[in-house]
Amino acid sequence: MAASASSAAKKAAKGASRTPVNRTIVEFDKDQELHAYREMLLIRRFEEKAGQLYGMGMIGGFCHLYIGQEAVVVGMQMASKDGDQVVTSYRDHGHMLACDMDPKGVMAELTGRKDGYSKGKGGSMHMFSREKNFFGGHGIVGAQVSIGTGLAFANQYRGNDNVSFIYMGDGASNQGQVYESFNMAKLWNLPAIYVIENNKYGMGTSVERSSSNTDLSQRGISFGIPGEQVDGMDVRAVMAAAERAIEWAREGKGPYILEMITYRYRGHSMSDPAKYRSKEEVQKMRNEHDPIEQVRQRLIDGGFASEDELKSIDKDIRAVVSNAADFAQSNPEPDESELWTDIYMPL
Amino acid sequence: MPIKVLMPALSPTMEEGNLAKWVKQEGDKVEIGDVIAEIETDKATMEVESVEEGTLGKIVVAEGAQGVKVNELIALILEEGEDASALDNVSTDAAPAAEEAPAAPASVPAEPKSEAPVTLPDVEDEPEVPEGTPMKTQTVREALRDGMVEEMRRDDDVFLMGEEVAQYQGAYKISQGMLDEFGERRVIDTPITEHGFTGLAAGAAMAGLRPIVEFMTFNFAMQAIDHIINSSAKTLYMSGGQIHNPIVFRGPNGAAARVAAQHSQDYTAWYSQVPGLVVVHPYSAADYKGLIKSAIRSDNPVVFLENEILYGHSFDVPDVDDFIVPLGKAKIARKGKDVTIVSFGMGMQHSLNAAEELAKEGIEAEVIDLRTIRPLDTETIIRSVIKTGRCVVVEEGWPQASTSSEVAFRVMDQAFDYLDAPVARVCGKDVPMPYASNLEKLALPTVAEVIGAVKAVTYTA
Repeated sequence: MAASASSAAKKAAKGASRTPVNRTIVEFDKDQELHAYREMLLIRRFEEKAGQLYGMGMIGGFCHLYIGQEAVVVGMQMASKDGDQVVTSYRDHGHMLACDMDPKGVMAELTGRKDGYSKGKGGSMHMFSREKNFFGGHGIVGAQVSIGTGLAFANQYRGNDNVSFIYMGDGASNQGQVYESFNMAKLWNLPAIYVIENNKYGMGTSVERSSSNTDLSQRGISFGIPGEQVDGMDVRAVMAAAERAIEWAREGKGPYILEMITYRYRGHSMSDPAKYRSKEEVQKMRNEHDPIEQVRQRLIDGGFASEDELKSIDKDIRAVVSNAADFAQSNPEPDESELWTDIYMPL
Repeated sequence: MPIKVLMPALSPTMEEGNLAKWVKQEGDKVEIGDVIAEIETDKATMEVESVEEGTLGKIVVAEGAQGVKVNELIALILEEGEDASALDNVSTDAAPAAEEAPAAPASVPAEPKSEAPVTLPDVEDEPEVPEGTPMKTQTVREALRDGMVEEMRRDDDVFLMGEEVAQYQGAYKISQGMLDEFGERRVIDTPITEHGFTGLAAGAAMAGLRPIVEFMTFNFAMQAIDHIINSSAKTLYMSGGQIHNPIVFRGPNGAAARVAAQHSQDYTAWYSQVPGLVVVHPYSAADYKGLIKSAIRSDNPVVFLENEILYGHSFDVPDVDDFIVPLGKAKIARKGKDVTIVSFGMGMQHSLNAAEELAKEGIEAEVIDLRTIRPLDTETIIRSVIKTGRCVVVEEGWPQASTSSEVAFRVMDQAFDYLDAPVARVCGKDVPMPYASNLEKLALPTVAEVIGAVKAVTYTA
């Protein structure tokens, strides 16, 4: 694995050619397939429910759904170990669920209630769990990239073997601080894995209209950071790529870039009608590349699960999401005194 | 029971919309994710996807309906195994189905406050430096370094990063000798990349380290202000108290000498507006030392503003182990009874010199060194103004929305009845800093202006 990564590095250093999408997969066993299926389905059902609660006015403000991109964070987390950190932007619900945060606490934060992860003071875009090593949930596009590089810095400073997963969208990949971070991460060989979730649109602007070179995996070339494009709709390809990147970073070779080719089915946020792309484009992705449907098909074809067993998993997950939604609606709003708390630690 | 489909809100501000089209018809199978209808809001036409599966049993609001209120019942979906007879029992009255959020218990009413509450450390009324304490003469530069060095010896989590802090020994030689003592793991030269390294340090602080970020000047921190405010100051609140941010942002602030507009801005008021930040701007070497140590130990993000001209000035510094000055506490630098002069940083020099001159004319000014601008030690100011009845605020920053306007407001608010004259102030002039020597002098506060303001409020002009 290290060999393929280092050849990617050489290629990157030459900057000669486009990196082909890495479709290397390692077949999953039954447990892995079932795990991936459950995790991705939980995110999908959770997000659908969040969309519904938004429609009912239970969730306010902005709400950015992860539907379609589930394989990225689930595949990455399947390759991680305890202690690794995760940081991302405002499209963060999927990442939190994949980090094993409680769906009740996440949903209650979306509805702005007292037992939400941020006591109702952060909302959809600003949520954290120190316990689960999830460092947000950041509302400023690209800010999480420098912050995540700092998490990686802390790992190196302390001499532990944790790595940081730093997620950004294709839109964020054009922010200046991303390159300031790349430079320092390689200069100091920090254990940082940059995951560019290329869902083809930064809000309504396609990658082609925003990026001089649309192969975002090569954005680290001038810093000597290896990168590869990965089929982000196939959870097996994501996990295999994550393992290559993690091994690279844990061995002290520094940062690694994974560009996940993925797709969001919904608009940028709940209030985006997504007129910048055709219905056919969306439908084609859903029909032909859906990350969950792929696993479902393999589970059936491989004889790992029957239709009935999958139905029962679906039912369990719907119950989890439904409980989370009930909790998020019945949990009280934060006490008014919370307006004035958590501003300062004691001086 | 059939599942109720309600008119969805499709933007943060939508209250009603038009039902443009039913994509599914009564009797159609519906899967999760299927588009069932198109709805026009004031901004756009949106597709509505089903979050349920079953059969579209009944369309309650017909295609083409205008002004359908959010949360009005628009359709019913039959669950697996239900037939149309199940629809008979469902009321299709336009009753909004969304529950109101349960109200928070009203037992603890929010107090009407205007400033973020801060837990201040207990401070005894005794002088910070007891009489007879051995003193040594040090420059601000040396005192600052000693403060950082002592804290780095004390706690391995503390490190210094910035441009030219290590091999070059600091652009202003503040970190002289630190690389030798602590090595490159803890004294880190960064590339010229303020936005990036400030964000990196903010992340390291979230992970529990205690970074000291040196800006070559605070003018360059404008490239990084997003991380100082959005990433460091707000995260404790946004995380519901989970993530604290023990980080110090420090460097020279305000005018130096002949470096003109882009290198001469005083940022005190800017940062002091932000809840979540502690803002410090010391004057004397002892305060630089004692306050940098407190700033490093604080679990809050601290903006520690310095003055380049003062770096070379010498003061008495207590020659004791672990000299600490608490954050959030002003100091009476000179006692007096006739007028209160409130200042900080370089403004203190103008104020103390003015007080010296005024004393010759029989006017005894009490001079308060704020030292910490946020949280502002209002109590010390008010106590003094109650005694003197007059107040002049001196700062090098611009006048609008400044530290002086804030102090003047608090004095008006809390000591109005004690005032014998309106509060006066001496600020930097409301212009970008000019380069020409004569113009630069005109742009900055002078001792003469402070004397003039004191004479105006004491009616002795």
